[in-house]
This record gives sequence, structure tokens and C-alpha cells, in this order.
Amino acid sequence: MSNQMVKGNTAVIIGAMYAGCDCFFGYPITPASEILHEASKYFPKANRKFVQAESEEASINMVYGGAGTGHRVMTASSGPGISLMQEGFTFLAGAELPAVIVDIMRAGPGLGNIGPEQGDYNQIVKGGGHGNYKNIVLAPNGVQEMCDLTMKAFELADKYRNPVVVLADGTLGQMAEPLQFPKEAIEPKIDNSWTVRGNKETMENLVTSIFLNFDQLEDFNYEIQEKYEEIAKNEVIVDEYMTEDADIVLVSYGISSRISRSAVDKAREKGVKVGLLRPITLFPFPKKQLKALGDKGVTFISVEMSNGQLLEDLQHTIERTKDTYIVNRMGGNLLELRDVLRKIYEIAGIEDETLGEKETTKDEPVELNPDLVN
Amino acid sequence: MSKKSFGTEKAKDLDLRILKHPDSLYDHYPRKGENYQKSTHYCAGCGHGIIHKLIGEAMDELEIQDRCVMISPVGCSVFAYYYFNCGNVQTAHGRAPAVATGISRAEDNAIVMSYQGDGDLASIGLNETLQAANRGEKIVVFFVNNTVYGMTGGQMAPTTLVGEKTITCQEGRDPTNAGYPIHMCELIDTLKAPVYIERVSLATAKKIKQAKVAIKNALTIQKEGKGYAFIEILSPCPTNLKQNAFAAQEFIEQQMEKEFPVKNFRNRYGEVKPIVKPESDFSIETLDKLFNVDRNEDSGYVDNPDLEPFSIKISGFGGQGVLSAGLTVAQAACSEGKHVSWYPSYGPEQRGGNSNCSIVISGETIGTPVVDEMDVLIALNKPSLEKFSKDVKEGGTVIYDSRIGEFTTDRDVNIIAVPCVEIAEEYGNARTANTALLGVLMELQNTLEQESYENAIKQMFASKPKVIDVNIDVLRAGAEWLKNNS
Repeated sequence: MSNQMVKGNTAVIIGAMYAGCDCFFGYPITPASEILHEASKYFPKANRKFVQAESEEASINMVYGGAGTGHRVMTASSGPGISLMQEGFTFLAGAELPAVIVDIMRAGPGLGNIGPEQGDYNQIVKGGGHGNYKNIVLAPNGVQEMCDLTMKAFELADKYRNPVVVLADGTLGQMAEPLQFPKEAIEPKIDNSWTVRGNKETMENLVTSIFLNFDQLEDFNYEIQEKYEEIAKNEVIVDEYMTEDADIVLVSYGISSRISRSAVDKAREKGVKVGLLRPITLFPFPKKQLKALGDKGVTFISVEMSNGQLLEDLQHTIERTKDTYIVNRMGGNLLELRDVLRKIYEIAGIEDETLGEKETTKDEPVELNPDLVN
Repeated sequence: MSKKSFGTEKAKDLDLRILKHPDSLYDHYPRKGENYQKSTHYCAGCGHGIIHKLIGEAMDELEIQDRCVMISPVGCSVFAYYYFNCGNVQTAHGRAPAVATGISRAEDNAIVMSYQGDGDLASIGLNETLQAANRGEKIVVFFVNNTVYGMTGGQMAPTTLVGEKTITCQEGRDPTNAGYPIHMCELIDTLKAPVYIERVSLATAKKIKQAKVAIKNALTIQKEGKGYAFIEILSPCPTNLKQNAFAAQEFIEQQMEKEFPVKNFRNRYGEVKPIVKPESDFSIETLDKLFNVDRNEDSGYVDNPDLEPFSIKISGFGGQGVLSAGLTVAQAACSEGKHVSWYPSYGPEQRGGNSNCSIVISGETIGTPVVDEMDVLIALNKPSLEKFSKDVKEGGTVIYDSRIGEFTTDRDVNIIAVPCVEIAEEYGNARTANTALLGVLMELQNTLEQESYENAIKQMFASKPKVIDVNIDVLRAGAEWLKNNS
């Protein structure tokens, strides 16, 4: 077998390089730094461009400049760095530039810690910068998807001239799984109709997000809303696992969805009809699929490592809060299988003593080495 | 100007020379929208118009118009793209040098001009400014210093002179509260990479001519791809400084130039060679070679519903080879086309002492890669044994270093104390004790072939070929030990 054991963060760079990403601009932050390390190692070996920027603000603005030339460009960071990049996100969206940003989420708010969390959901999916814009958001749940969805991200970025975020977390970045390498290597074609490349063909072009005229800016806002509707219509990717006959459906993305999948298998062994709906695109959100299940009257459990950010979107989509529940952990603690099972059995009215008390197991406190916080 | 001083012919020449509009600037400004497309948006007496013209003329003379990309910042020159007839990019406040970096790195042949005011460059964008200069990016930065924020309405700038009045220092800039003017040329002159640094002034016609020479020099460096150039231009802002034309000129000459001496700080044009970046390589051959991809072998998985998920946790002190032992098992499973996940503890624990990793091997898609309850625990130290042995499933196994001492439990768990250090020392390398434990695992659990383990060891130690043989010997010895002691 030619599969290789590859870490999630490395798989991002493999996907990027086979997708024809030409420039990587980044700044170190745990737990996303390996992406930067791997880019610094591999990009120059194929004469691709790598710059370790002075800050996340600089990274995202280098991405803005590179994206304006039409070359495939990217950056990667984690929560605190992503917060700093929000200015760049809205400028990219406003200038309609294609770019890929990878967010390896860690626990917040503030400096928080470097454990895994999914608390960046709102700032990424809702758009954390100013203005009426959206990012396209892809949520891998394993190493293969860290590679494949990074490739997909470049394709969507070019197709819609919009920033695309690959939203993962510390666990997915650090874990290793077998990787099937991409079947092809893409040499992207650059569209001279809008790019600014310092050549005769693109001399007339302008990359900007300024519209002084209110009506023009309003028109532009409506235009990008139409684009987002187009994206919502065409680009939803969702993975449904045993939802067909399910009475209880777990809704979960990223690493949480892996734990949820195990919970489905376990609960099914006990005869509970549980399924899993995993949004692979968070924007566009799989509204149709959720609505269909919601209309059938299933009970939903949002399984997330955040404070109900996903639950809110779920409830909004199915237009009810009744029979919706949440199982979550925060602060860098991973969800455990038993957390999810306990809620499923509680709803199904089944007793399982082996799951223990409701108290979730807490890790022993760890002395934090200040060197490791950033 | 009386006709007397010039002959008719001469006057014509002069007119032609002065009135010729540079091709690198548009004749009229449709991007301005609405009315007045023949006049700029700048105030009367503003220096931007002069600077635009000097840059435009230099672009014409150097015949680089089509290669140029003008970056409009935030500030009065936010609309520079109305005027420059070349590629234009508008950016966020202060970020122009970072954007310029992105463009220049992506398009090696582009001539990238970052045009910035004092608030943009020396305040909010100071870091980007210095870092781009320090990296020696192939860009030219035109720094328009008029000691005041223009677009936002006349606030104090980093370059505002001591005692100079602005709307946010109405009694004049007070150094005890607001510090002193920042000297950008001098600051950048402390860095090694820049090729050309000069400060010029628009105070008089003569000085404007000198400014043109500096601008052309900086653009020549760009044309030849020689590196970073920085031109600071002392420029009037009569509107915000509430000056008439004479006062504006006097202010630049009598006050600004005293604080900011007009001179060339550096010119390494003759010393440096053009920097040419190689073409990006997008071929699959290069990438496959880089990542050791073998296209002749099958990829994918050999699914086997009979192989239930099997979980292992390996734990010990950092440096005992915990993570690499885990990866070896995972690699062995991977090479057989099995589904497998490896998840390390990361962060503080990694350096703070204990380290552990979880491996799940399955014949089908793996759900959670996180192991809360395990089939096998391999413990290399006492804290690990104490912490995780209670999480071993009923009927599961604990394999541990016998030096930890006796360990018992009343649960239905198989306990194996292995003299792994002794086994390793027999082969002269105590550091392979972790591999001895893997040998025990291999013998205990016949899920994976011995050959797969041995190949995995070869891969794991590919960069240290000397230790491959001893590890394989110790692996086999571990397996042998279990055969003889069970």
C-alpha cells in the first residue's frame, strides 16, 4: 500500500501543493505552526514562494496582494491569529479575491490555551470582520480531508473569487492517519480579466473594495449576496450516516463528528436508532438536509466543542428549539464518547451504568509553560 | 514670465516639455465617477499632484508603465488609482508593504510601488514598513511626509513637529505627552537590506527636480530588480496646516527640512545584483518525488468488517520514544491497508514530562481517534501506569516496564511486566526499550504482520540507518521473550 501516515497539519500543505498553491505567508502559532513549518520546508523545493510574515495582519495582507495577482495563495493560523486577520478577511471579500485560510482552532477566549476547541465557529462562519460578507467554510474531520478539502478550498476560492476557510482544530492538526495522495497536480491558469500582475494584459485592472457612491456600494452588496445564494445552492457538502431511520440525529462537524460517529455505532448496538448529520461545508450550511430531518420530527443533539454556536444554527434552520439538545466541552477538553452516549441514552430512556456519573472526567491540572502559549 | 526672457522657439520647447502629460497618468479620471473628471480630488496646493506627476514621468522615461503596480493606501492618496495608468491595488490602512510583498513574491517581474502617507506608513503600518524593508523586498516605497493626517481631518501624525499645532494637539505637539517626530529614513537606514534611501523636498522648483531624480533612481532599481528603495518626500498640506502657498513653502524649508534633513542616506545601486526568482514548479513528478509517492503501488484501504476497532495507548516520559513507538505501530497498520489513527498528547504535556499517544486500528472507517478506554496500555513509567491502567477495558492488557515494580489489579485485565531495558541492553542499546515492548505487543496481538512492523521501523529510522538493525533485533527479542514467558 502506498498510503503514508501523515499528520493533519502536514496534509494541509500536501493538498495545497498539489492544488498549485504558489505562495504561503504565515506566522507561528500553536497548534497551527506545523503548517508553517511544512510550507517552509516544501514550498522552496518546488520554487514556490514562502514568507514568514511579521504578524498575522501582515500574513493576511500578503495573501491579499498575492491573491490580487491571481496566483493561488494561502495562510494558516489559530484563533488569536485568526482574530487579527479579520481585517484581511473582509478586504478579501470586499475586493472579491480568492484566498485560502486554514484555522486550526484552539481554546479561547483571549489567549486561552492550545487545546482543541471549536469556538471560532461564529467568527469564521458568520464573518468576523465588518460588512455584509461571508466566507466559504469547509470542515474536515480527518487527515484525508485535511488534504482533500484544502484542494477543494482553492477550487472554490477561484470559482467564486471569495475567501475560503478550512476550519479544523488542534486534534485534527496533530493526529496522523493514512493519506491517499492526490491523483493529480494542478497548474492553475490565471485569469487576466481582473488580476493585477504587472503586465500589459492586466494594466487596466483595479483591485479595490472602495465604493464612495452609496448606491454603488449597495448594488455591490446585493451582488455579493446573490453570489452567496449561488454558493448556497451549488456547494453544500454533507455526510449523513445512518440518518434514514433515525429518531435521534447528532449534528456535528470536525473532530466532534468523529466522536459522534463512534457514538452512533455504540448506540445502535443497543438498538437506539441514532444517526449523524455532518456538515462538511459550514457555509453553505446543509439547510435542506437538516430541514428534511427536522420535518420528520427527529430529536437533534448538537455535538460541538463550543458554547452552542452550532446549536443556534441548527435551531434556526429547523425552526424549532423543542427536542434539540447539546453535548459540548470547551476550554481545550476533548469530547469523550461517554459524554455523547450519556445524552443519547438519557433521551432514549436507557440506563447504562458503565458510563458512570454525569461528571465529566477532568484532566489533572497541568502547569502551563508560558513559552508554549503562543 | 515675460516673453522677453525666452525666444519664441525656446518658449515652445519649454511649453511642450512642461505640458506633456505623462502616459503613465490618465488624461482624465473616469474612476472618479460623476463630475470633474479632469481635475484631481486633491486640495489646492497639495503635494500629491506633483509627486504623482514625477512618478508618472519617471515611469514613462524608464518605459516601465506596463510592469508597474501602484498600491493605494488609506489616506488622501487612497484614490491614487484614479490617476495612475497601470495596474492598481487598493489596500487596508498601513498594510501596503505587506500587500506589496505578496504581489512582488507572486509576480517577480512586477514593479511594485507602495505609496503612503505619514499616518499610514509611520504609525499604523510602521511594523509592516520596517519588516518589508528589512526583508529587502523588491518594492519601492514613496513616503509622503506632510506632518499631518490629511484624509481624516488634520490629526497629529508621527512626524508632526514639536510645537506644531494639529486638531489633536491644539497647543502644539508636546513631547512630554506625544513624544518626538519619527525619522523614517534614519530608522530604515539602520537596516542592512535596503538598496536606496533618500529624503527629498517639494519646497522649491529646484528641489522638485532633485526629487524627480531620486524617484527615477528608485524606479531604476525596481526596473532592474535590485531590491528595496525608500523615498521620503517632504510635502505641503496647506489645507490641514491652515497655510497659504507661501507659508506652506516656508514651513517645509524653514521647519520640516531642519527636523528632517534632505539628503541621500544610501545608494547601493552599483553594488547589488538583480534578484531573479526561479519559476514555480507545478509538476506532479516534482511533488511525488518530494513526498516519496509511489504511483506503482495501490493506495486506499483493504476493508475488513471482521476487524473490530482495536485501541492502544502508549505512555511514558518525553524522550522514552513514546510517540515514535506509536507511529511505528500505526505505520505498520497503514502499510497493510488497515484503517488507523494516531493521536498524540500535545502542548504542555509534551515538554512538561509525560507524553502519550493513542492508536486505533480497524478494518473499517474509524470514528473517534481519541482513546478513552483501551484494549492495550503500554506504560513506560509509573505515572502512566497509575493514570491509565484503570481505563484498560475488561479483558484488555497492560504491558509495562518491569522496573516500575509490581502492579496488580482485581479487574479482569491481563498484566505483563516486561524487562524491556534488559532486553534492549542485551543488544547494546537501552534506548530501544520501547521497541522491546512493541515486540511484546506484536506477539500478543497478531493483527499485524511481523514484516509490517519491521518495514515500519525501517521507515521510522530512515534518517538514522545505523539504528535500524538493532531495533529490529530488539523487536524480535521482545516477541521471543513473550513466547518464553507466557
